[in-house]
Amino acid sequence: MTWTAEKPIVSLKDVRKSFGTLEVLKGVSIDVMKGEVICIIGPSGSGKSTLIRCINGLNDIQGGSIFVQGKEVHATNLDKLELRKKVGMVFQQYNLFPHKTALQNVMMAPLKVLKENKTDVESRARQLIKKVRLEGKEDSYPGELSGGQQQRVAIARSLAMNPEVMLFDEVTAALDPETVKEVLVTIRELAEDGMTCILVTHEMGFAREVADHIYFTDRGVIVEHGPPKTFFDDAQDPRTKEFLGQIL
Amino acid sequence: MKRISGINTPLKGGMAVLKPFDINALSPDGYIFTRWLAALPWWTPLVMLAIIWGYPTIAYAQSGLSIYDAFDALWRWMPFLLVSGFSFNVLISFWTLLIGTVAGVALGLGQISTFGPLRAFSWFITQLFRNSPWLVILFIVLLALPFEFTLFGQTIRVPDWMKGVFGLSLPIMANISEIVRGAVQSVPTAQWEAAESLAFSRRQILWQIILPQCFKRMLPPWMNWYAILTMATPLCSLLGIEEIITLSRQAMESEDNQPELLVPFYGFALLLFFVYCYPIARLTMRLERHYAVKL
Ligand SMILES: Nc1ncnc2c1ncn2[C@@H]1O[C@H](COP(=O)(O)OP(=O)(O)OP(=O)(O)O)[C@@H](O)[C@H]1O
Ligand SMILES: [Mg+2]
Repeated sequence: MTWTAEKPIVSLKDVRKSFGTLEVLKGVSIDVMKGEVICIIGPSGSGKSTLIRCINGLNDIQGGSIFVQGKEVHATNLDKLELRKKVGMVFQQYNLFPHKTALQNVMMAPLKVLKENKTDVESRARQLIKKVRLEGKEDSYPGELSGGQQQRVAIARSLAMNPEVMLFDEVTAALDPETVKEVLVTIRELAEDGMTCILVTHEMGFAREVADHIYFTDRGVIVEHGPPKTFFDDAQDPRTKEFLGQIL
Repeated sequence: MKRISGINTPLKGGMAVLKPFDINALSPDGYIFTRWLAALPWWTPLVMLAIIWGYPTIAYAQSGLSIYDAFDALWRWMPFLLVSGFSFNVLISFWTLLIGTVAGVALGLGQISTFGPLRAFSWFITQLFRNSPWLVILFIVLLALPFEFTLFGQTIRVPDWMKGVFGLSLPIMANISEIVRGAVQSVPTAQWEAAESLAFSRRQILWQIILPQCFKRMLPPWMNWYAILTMATPLCSLLGIEEIITLSRQAMESEDNQPELLVPFYGFALLLFFVYCYPIARLTMRLERHYAVKL
């Protein structure tokens, strides 16, 4: 099956995932079109991280299917490395490589994985660092950067692979309130540039502002979804209302 | 701090730095000897000298050989003991470290292989040689290894000292294997996942991301084993290998086996080991303290 831009770039159908006997995802379906920004919100433990980790194959699934650009993620013959070249992921804990400088962190994957030419990679990496507003920090080690700065390096590191889709798992949850904003600005600019983004977030204001579509998960199912305006102002399900009532 | 799903061990702090490399998890106290050695004051050799000097004076005050004669004998033998004896111990220790490290790294990587049987095999070999008495291993190697073998039509004799090296390499290999395994496992799983999601292959992750991170962590325990191993080289004297203890004995024999010679001669050997291993122990503990705080 060849993928064309009219079809969803990421498509989850009835995805089921268990850890042992604990069923964490109980049939989740989501379609994301190219250039769309979707936010997944929901209470802690509802399976949000598990969900987006399935999309780049960090977790396996027990039922349903996930397609990224027409390729089935959990097919046995899938080249995981090819998939991951297309899907970038940013984690809550940044997970920068501590023995490499910011610039080296950004350059490493294109150099070693894509085997690109060093001068090209370096100029692209410097541009990306500029884009995330970290000029002058190229030679700093992760330990010398603030949380927000590290997270922006992590975003640049993912972008250096020129992915088609970016996954963000609560990327601001470990940050101080002041530094949250700088990271959100970076993500918003990405979204405005047309990057397909799937975000797990607790930042409701941000979700409302950037998302094309909001999904609300609770206990492994999608309870409700819709465009931000309808979702936030006109939630139907009592569980959504309760959650929004607590958080807003 | 929140738990990241997929990771069983909660991360400490916000940054993906190394968890402390807990050498105690690997053995009761991996540094027990080195810590003790490093804690000795620098003037320890002076005390040793005083004892070596004073002991025959007191113990053998009535006997024929005066302390001056004893030290005269030691003085004459000293260059020989140092050049032919102790430097040979150092040579054995270098070879053992080299072979033990190469084999140990391979075995340690085997212990974290994705291939089950290889993992089980590496674990078994590691446990076997970590927990067997060194002297027993040494004797088995001495007796089991052929004293010569034929390669491309050429007969090559395996010198006894090389057998000693092989024998000592085995426990070193096993302990290095544990250091490698422990160090790799001390890197948070989040590092693996971050690298995986950047499309690095398992081999690339291990060699380019995980191992470089724990290299500094492996240095102190590796040096620790070097000091222990150097101290163990006199075991080779039991195999008749001509290292310092064997040569000291031979020297005393040629000096008519006077009992007054025992303390000066063996004391001299002890002094040499101290002078050689003490700086290594000091450096090891300093690095260990340094890396425990900062990556
Ligand atoms: N590797 C794992 N092994 C076993 N159980 C797991 C594992 N990872 C996650 N879980 C469980 O799956 C459930 C969903 O976890 P998940 O991390 O996806 O939730 P979440 O919605 O991301 O929560 P949070 O907002 O706290 O990040 C939890 O009950 C969690 O304990
Ligand atoms: Mg989560």
